[in-house]
Amino acid sequence: MNEAASSAFEKVIEINNLSLTFKTSDGPVFALNDINLDIERGDFVSLIGPSGCGKTTLLRVIADLEKATEGEISINSVSPEQARMQRAYGYVFQAASLYPWRTIAKNVALPLEIMGLSSAMRRERVARNLELVNLSGFENKYPWQLSGGMQQRASIARALAVEPDLLLMDEPFGALDEIVRDHLNEQLLKLWDKTNKTVVFVTHSIPEAVYLSTHIVVMSPRPGQIHEIIKSDLPRMRNLDIRETPEFLSLANRVRDGLRAGHSYEDQ
Amino acid sequence: MNIKSLRLSFVPVLVVLSAIIVCWYVAAAVLNTPWQQDKFKRADNNDYSLVELLSGTMSQERPVLPSPHQVALEVYNTTVKKKITSKRSLIFHSGVTLSSALLGFAMGTLMGILLAVAIVYNRALNKSLMPWIIASQTIPILAVAPMIIVVLNAVGIQGLLPKAFISMYLSFFPVVVGMVKGLNSPDASHTDLMHTFNASSAQTFWKLRLPTSLPYLFTSMKVAVAIAMVGAIVAELPTGAVAGLGARLLAGSYYGQTIQIWSALVMASVLAALLVMFIGLIGKLVNRRMGLEQHG
Repeated sequence: MNEAASSAFEKVIEINNLSLTFKTSDGPVFALNDINLDIERGDFVSLIGPSGCGKTTLLRVIADLEKATEGEISINSVSPEQARMQRAYGYVFQAASLYPWRTIAKNVALPLEIMGLSSAMRRERVARNLELVNLSGFENKYPWQLSGGMQQRASIARALAVEPDLLLMDEPFGALDEIVRDHLNEQLLKLWDKTNKTVVFVTHSIPEAVYLSTHIVVMSPRPGQIHEIIKSDLPRMRNLDIRETPEFLSLANRVRDGLRAGHSYEDQ
Repeated sequence: MNIKSLRLSFVPVLVVLSAIIVCWYVAAAVLNTPWQQDKFKRADNNDYSLVELLSGTMSQERPVLPSPHQVALEVYNTTVKKKITSKRSLIFHSGVTLSSALLGFAMGTLMGILLAVAIVYNRALNKSLMPWIIASQTIPILAVAPMIIVVLNAVGIQGLLPKAFISMYLSFFPVVVGMVKGLNSPDASHTDLMHTFNASSAQTFWKLRLPTSLPYLFTSMKVAVAIAMVGAIVAELPTGAVAGLGARLLAGSYYGQTIQIWSALVMASVLAALLVMFIGLIGKLVNRRMGLEQHG
């Protein structure tokens, strides 16, 4: 599976007929229903949908933070649990989730300490990844001394520090204002282009999803399922101006239509 | 610290303190009046003024309730004016009580932390241990203290340690409760993060759960140090101890020396307050270091 296939079409994530049902006192909640999704190396995939559509749950299943009740899922041809144990992915939470008692450098070093890396190696990787997110010089600051956008960049540096090929991001810029968000989107795209990582990105912003992604997965709620997978023809490297082009706008319209169609049966 | 914040912290304290002193004086006057009237009657003095009556209630040798200045004078006489080595020095007695209270507090805190860790990491222990821990605190310490002293004495443990055990018995409880809560307090995302790093449970303990629990630890230690002091004093009562604030209370009540009792009480509460403040200060510094408090 690794030799010839490792060219352009290597599958990083394969999901077949996956379902997840939470048992609650009110009866079962169908969080995910019959999900089929393949993600190839170097893809930037956005999961978009209204709240309750299971996009975060799906990301958490990929990260082995939730277990699927039915169906199959493999990450790099192994189970999510094995992938997690190999530290195959970096996870970025909605809140920066930095440990407040650790400096920025110590926060980025946290996964490296857990991996048991030498202090010299830790220092080198911390410096490299902080530079990647433009936070050099903030090593000894505490999280509260940084703005929200800088905190989220630090948390991206922490996710990158384990040097994963796969980056899982759960509405990482959702709590930030639009100007900061645009800026970080641009930086993220550059980072993605530079490192050629596979990214799975949860968002509820249409422009963000269209601007960033190679594939947009439109999801609908109750039960959470995939409504449509839209492939983007926009060039891999884009700048923010692309949002004014007709191609971008028509793509955004397709996503919007998809979201509306996925939503409509709910009102019946 | 500027003048404004100093005023903000001291003015309320001073207001409450003066209110307490005023109430104390009023209560002393009211409670000591019958005895004073009786005294005048026995001296065939029916022609006394209100001022004479009031000043009489403030200067009795064994008043029902000594007035604040009598207690203050007694505290002054038995601290500043006595050598520390003297059996009548309140500082000597405070030192005796304080040493067993602090030893018991240290043991209680350690025991509380260890029990909390055991409870948090073992569900069976949580179910089996917690009821006993709660039951231990429903037994009146005054009833248990003599037995602990007697039992320990029978196995040859004497002196500081039995008293410290009673302080420990009282002070481990708030630490267990606080630490169980503290160790369970990390955010879901902080815990998930450790999971994504594939951290072992020892790593999660040292790098996440323990640091997160520290503010809870200091809050419960504030309660623990105050009741450790109570424990040490209570432990001195049944043993007929010759030294310590408890011994002073006991001796005072044998001889009806209310002023001595009250000065020992005042001393005990001042010490406890200072200990609580000290722990609070350390807790504040730790909280600041943990990024949990606003930095000024």
